[in-house]
Amino acid sequence: MKRKHPTLSRRTAVRGAVAACLSGLVPISVWGSPEDADLAIAEHFGADKPVSNGRVTVKLPPISENGYSVPLEVLVKSPMNDTERVVQVAVFAEENPLAKIASYNFGKHSGPVHIQTRIRMGGSQRIRAVAELNDGSLWSGYAFSVVTLAACVL
Amino acid sequence: MRAACIAFLLWASLASADEVISGYEFLTPETQALQDDDFANPGMLWVEEGGSLFAQQCADCHTQGSNGNLEGVAARYPAFDQDAQTLLNIEGRINRCREIHLQAEPLAYESKALLALSAYVANLSKGHAIDVDIDGAAQRYFTEGRDYFFRRKGQFNLACSQCHDDHWGRMLRGDRISQGHPNAFPGYRLEWQAMGSLHRRFQDCDAGIRAQPLALGSRRYRSLELYLAWRARGLIIEVPGVRR
Amino acid sequence: MPETAAIGEVFEVKVMIQHDMESGYRRGQYGERIPRNIIQHFRCRYLGEQVFASEFFPGVAANPYLSFLVRAQRSGEFVFEWEDQHGKVWRRTVGLAVQ
Ligand code: HEC
Ligand code: HEC
Repeated sequence: MKRKHPTLSRRTAVRGAVAACLSGLVPISVWGSPEDADLAIAEHFGADKPVSNGRVTVKLPPISENGYSVPLEVLVKSPMNDTERVVQVAVFAEENPLAKIASYNFGKHSGPVHIQTRIRMGGSQRIRAVAELNDGSLWSGYAFSVVTLAACVL
Repeated sequence: MRAACIAFLLWASLASADEVISGYEFLTPETQALQDDDFANPGMLWVEEGGSLFAQQCADCHTQGSNGNLEGVAARYPAFDQDAQTLLNIEGRINRCREIHLQAEPLAYESKALLALSAYVANLSKGHAIDVDIDGAAQRYFTEGRDYFFRRKGQFNLACSQCHDDHWGRMLRGDRISQGHPNAFPGYRLEWQAMGSLHRRFQDCDAGIRAQPLALGSRRYRSLELYLAWRARGLIIEVPGVRR
Repeated sequence: MPETAAIGEVFEVKVMIQHDMESGYRRGQYGERIPRNIIQHFRCRYLGEQVFASEFFPGVAANPYLSFLVRAQRSGEFVFEWEDQHGKVWRRTVGLAVQ
């Protein structure tokens, strides 16, 4: 009998990768989508607020050998003075079970916005960061990373 | 002319087959950077915790005193201990001090406290070259460890040597196989999301070839550790290493 | 972070805490759900004011690490605080001398 190669949808592919994890821990398969990230952004910053592209730079390694701990950098262009400053930044993952990863607030003595942290990524995906300025405007940027070993226990 | 030729050939073979390369060289630049920065390396959390346990429990005897500070000591381990009449690795040596000098219970292998203390003690030898003694009473442990390294086992019928001697540099399920050296451990593995001992790493490799992993701290794993330390002689200790 | 800084100087602060950040999405050996147990808040105060704060969700990696920038104003204390979902708080204080 000739074995046929079944076509994999993206989601089964992701689950397959997860099932292949060695850790003996069985993950629960709940995965997000870019729309979930849009929703989470609206929920966090308020609905119907336009989000412009720009000002925000997101840095991720193009290839992450491990989804358990991916170095993330976010920079926002702003003078951070009394007239113009960044009030907060929030980071979202399009494919994680929970889109929102973290949010950051900046006080009066904050320097320029340049944060570094480490995040979990349940597969290759875009990470988006949205910054809110003191005038209420929202700005966003993103980066993509290919994850060779997904955080199966995300 | 002839002497120069021979010397060159010898050098070339040393560089290819016998060159000892740390697992560090097989990591991505991001993971290397994580290991290099003491303020970002998560393993340093265990080292610091170990430092405060050490100050409470061990420093009375082990600062400048007659028992010496412990700088460079971990590079000589595992070592045969005359009093205990067995091969001790750093974890075992620490527990031995707890038993005979502190009249305390030994700490469980892989417990947070033993990981912290062994990470602290091994970190005191960071930058020192591994240099173990395999003669005398240590010899039979060495032989046992070497046998384990070359023995095929598990459902996949593979030996440690087939991956780490014969196929290092190749990819295996998204992982690049290194030479399998012990110099990063106790180390922080991203997959564990925590610090872990060398024996836990052995268990993962044994499980990977579907062989029954041995107990943490067991004699055969200590023997294997001695063989690996000898095989890695001259390599610099990196604790706390960061690995995938 | 440095011990001293010049007025107006921008410097980097790096913080890390040992915590598993159990996501709540994992199942144990017997299929039981491992309950979520994470640090939720990090706060940094300087000169009595919040200079930086963060809210964490399960997507933050175990042993949370953060680096951010602060502008030196006057000598004073930095208070770092982490709080988990049960309200348990860990605190560290570091002094900064501004010349
Ligand atoms: C099927 C191939 C395979 C076999 C067989 C195998 N390993 Fe590994 N081992 C790996 C891979 C893959 C890694 C992770 C990548 C790396 O560092 O090599 C690893 C990692 C290691 C490491 C950590 C190296 C470092 O720098 O982080 C040690 C030590 C090790 N193995 C020892 C052993 C021992 C001892 C055995 C036999 C009991 C063994 N391995 C059997 C594939 C194998
Ligand atoms: C009461 C004194 C005392 C205390 C407390 C003590 N030790 Fe020791 N330690 C010694 C002595 C003495 C030796 C030399 C070997 C022997 O006689 O046991 C030693 C040897 C060692 C060695 C091996 C040194 C070598 O050169 O091979 C290590 C590692 C070590 N101790 C770690 C620790 C740690 C970690 C603690 C705390 C948990 C500790 N010790 C507590 C007295 C002490």
